[in-house]
Amino acid sequence: MNIKRLNWPLWLGFLVTIFAFVSYPFIFANWETTRDFPWANIPLFVVALVLLFFGVRRAFAPGRRLFSKIVAPTIALISLLVVALFIFTSFIASRWLPPSTGAPQVNQKAPDFSLADTNRKQVSLTDLLTQPINDKPPKGVLLIYYRGYW
Amino acid sequence: MRSIQKNLDQFNQVGIRPVAISVDTPEESRDLCQKAGYTFTFLSDPNLEAIRRYDLVHAGQGIKGHDIARPAEFLIDKSGTVRWRMLTENYWVRARPSQILEAAKAVE
Repeated sequence: MNIKRLNWPLWLGFLVTIFAFVSYPFIFANWETTRDFPWANIPLFVVALVLLFFGVRRAFAPGRRLFSKIVAPTIALISLLVVALFIFTSFIASRWLPPSTGAPQVNQKAPDFSLADTNRKQVSLTDLLTQPINDKPPKGVLLIYYRGYW
Repeated sequence: MRSIQKNLDQFNQVGIRPVAISVDTPEESRDLCQKAGYTFTFLSDPNLEAIRRYDLVHAGQGIKGHDIARPAEFLIDKSGTVRWRMLTENYWVRARPSQILEAAKAVE
């Protein structure tokens, strides 16, 4: 491959798009600030789109082969679909949560339960509220319901 | 979960016990805890007993199309009363330890 002819902004733009998509769940979701809102991913997508823009422009410069005029818009389109999928999964589909109107409210009694811990030992909410922490009776319990791994 | 683990000493100090609950089996949770280094309590609710009682069922959202829990956090005092809760509107957004520790100040 002739390195001078390689449409590097196009391919770099494509790689940055993929990285921007994948890095949200696997990297940036590990910090509160970049998880609660994709502050790291949006600039990455902007950089990717700028690169793709120059890549497509370059593909249509005089002297380029027809091949690159087909490949460049295709790659740009795939990248745009990835951007759209990101917007869909992180802003729209992630809000499709049940209303949970029957969930216990503040000042209501929390329903008791008895569930198995990682050693298959049954543990109830009452146990959790009475077993000491560092030899002192606990002040309370924080229940964290999560989706599981799945 | 990671942020809870990072702040576990502080939770212990104020006497708040974090407990994670999901539909994962005890073995799956144990694997997760070993891999991620979580040392607080993980409970297994594969039949959605507690999840249903707390009205947190998210139907058909599991990878095999099974029912799972939607993310939610409840701070419960020693009398068993809910003192603070967070039902997120976007599953990327979770309660921060700083919020929880702030809410815990009001709990005797």
